[in-house]
Amino acid sequence: MKITKGAFGEFGGMFVPEILVPTLLDLERAFEDAQADPVFKAEFEGLLKEYAGRETPLYRCRNLAGATKVKLYLKREDLLHGGAHKTNQVLGQALLARRMGKTRLIAETGAGQHGVATAIAGALFKMKTRVYMGSKDMARQAPNVFRMRLMGTEVVPVETGSCGLKDAINEALRDWASSYGDTHYLLGTVAGPHPFPTIVREFQRVIGREAKRQIIEAEGRLPDAVFACVGGGSNAMGIFADFIDETNVKLVGVEPAGHGLHTEKHGATIEKGRPGILHGSYSYVLQDDDGQIRESHSISAGLDYPGVGAQHSYLHSTGRASYVGVTDTEALDAFALLSREEGIIPALESAHALAHALKCAAAATTEQVYIVNISGRGDKDMEQVMPYIKMGENGGGAK
Amino acid sequence: MSQRYEKMFEKLKTRGEGAFIPFVMLGDPSIEKSEAIVETLIESGADALELGIPFSDPVADGVVIQAAANRALNGGSTTDDCLAILAGVRKRHPEIPFGLLVYANLVLGRGMERFYARVFECGVDSVLVADVPTLSADSFTEAASKAGVASVFIVPPNASDETLRDIAKASKGYVYFLGRAGVTGAEREMTAPLSSKIAFLKEAKSPPVVVGFGISRPEHVKACLAAGADGAIAGSATVSIVAAHLDDDRKTREELGQFVRSMKAATRSVKQ
Repeated sequence: MKITKGAFGEFGGMFVPEILVPTLLDLERAFEDAQADPVFKAEFEGLLKEYAGRETPLYRCRNLAGATKVKLYLKREDLLHGGAHKTNQVLGQALLARRMGKTRLIAETGAGQHGVATAIAGALFKMKTRVYMGSKDMARQAPNVFRMRLMGTEVVPVETGSCGLKDAINEALRDWASSYGDTHYLLGTVAGPHPFPTIVREFQRVIGREAKRQIIEAEGRLPDAVFACVGGGSNAMGIFADFIDETNVKLVGVEPAGHGLHTEKHGATIEKGRPGILHGSYSYVLQDDDGQIRESHSISAGLDYPGVGAQHSYLHSTGRASYVGVTDTEALDAFALLSREEGIIPALESAHALAHALKCAAAATTEQVYIVNISGRGDKDMEQVMPYIKMGENGGGAK
Repeated sequence: MSQRYEKMFEKLKTRGEGAFIPFVMLGDPSIEKSEAIVETLIESGADALELGIPFSDPVADGVVIQAAANRALNGGSTTDDCLAILAGVRKRHPEIPFGLLVYANLVLGRGMERFYARVFECGVDSVLVADVPTLSADSFTEAASKAGVASVFIVPPNASDETLRDIAKASKGYVYFLGRAGVTGAEREMTAPLSSKIAFLKEAKSPPVVVGFGISRPEHVKACLAAGADGAIAGSATVSIVAAHLDDDRKTREELGQFVRSMKAATRSVKQ
């Protein structure tokens, strides 16, 4: 496939209806101008610090992995305003939208975290905001729906397809095909057409930049491995970006294996998909032989997506990053374990990354330093996990 | 490349008519019924056909055509089943141009070369890939022209002069001019196309210009032709008739016949 715009090796590109091309090219220009503008940079960094609460801590677990040879560090994006890493890049894109003279924001959301972050930006910048959300996800993430509405955002249920994240993106793209004049589509991940994979990565890069400095302060060296969950892949790209050139640091993306990679019910796009075009870019896609997009499955709404950011496909193809699967059950175990051992309730998404890091830690035979990106907090997941984790009166979370 | 579009537009020009091109989704509501529907459109006087292959995630389509794709997919229609319908119809109708409207991942599904080769075998003249704009189209247009299939591109209302020139050059067979922004659907009507844009395309030596999106009534067809277009496409309006009578094939054929005849009649109203 010849990629003329936004190539990551053989992946990426701008595969959208012709009508969206001028808008995407305007966005590319505005982003490049903004990146070169110290005033923009200062405002973005100021907001990250004073409004969103950066920097976030890099915390070394006191209890978890204590019996292994691994020093386990957590990058605490769960402590960011809004409860997940999503706020970083949403503030960046909202500034960009304002700079372009747009007065309305639209977004898709899966778990609701990107929708909440967009609602935050909509309220802060006084922009009319509409979030498309699959009706299946609205049911399993009801508190986030309420949060968005509380901040003045209109949440529109999407009843098409699998009623999930993929369908919400379709609906946002359809909206944008007529609303592009006054509306910015605030895409929530490193997937989608150029320039989104680059914009989102650059606005999330702060995660890895901080983590790199923090680990050098704490350990005097770079980590052996960095772990992050991958749905579309924005938190992973955010923490990977500043480590890509540090080739001694292993980069591990953890995909949702759902009921298991041997079943049809998973969202492990890179492990089980093949290259195709979904939502504007050429990347790995879960699909059948005809190219129809398959429904993905994950207990975690934020990872329940049959596509993946083009740069992840590229890092996979070059071998620079590796991608593995963690099942729903393994993620739930890690979710309960981090809560009990460290007093930190992670998002189900982030629990996937932790589960795999703990597996690697248990197998480590030499001293190692790991960083796991805790991309969000788990408060939103309470209702979802209650049926799975049986609790005695004294607590303890026996499954 | 087939000469069917050229011949069709030439013939209409000598008669002083525009082209009316209905769109339906192949495989909707089933493979058997779909073949009968296509035959009805031809018998009722369609000058060419636009045909969809159902895709799971049609981002350029509104609710009516999304529902048609769902009916076809739920009925088990595959890409090969849909193309086989056309192979059959082509044997009976050697001259009418067939254009496909698809999404990129259907072209890639079993391999781009295989797709275009198969499409050509089935007697298809052109393919429009809704999510492949001209600036990303090189691999697609190369594979299409190698197989002898024309690549059609869409002109959006916000196209710059540069884009208009690119599309005039890249689009073969005809140019698909959007009657309005947004996704397919008849609920939001077309606005009369800018005759200056159509004139610009023709100045840039584009193939014939056909207007689509938001076209459901004879007066829309007349407005398109009056603005200098060579024809009009009605998609959602045609598909709505299929959707309205899923259990009554006779009624479907009757109403489709009436609709096509009335839209075709409107193309005869403007002497050029």
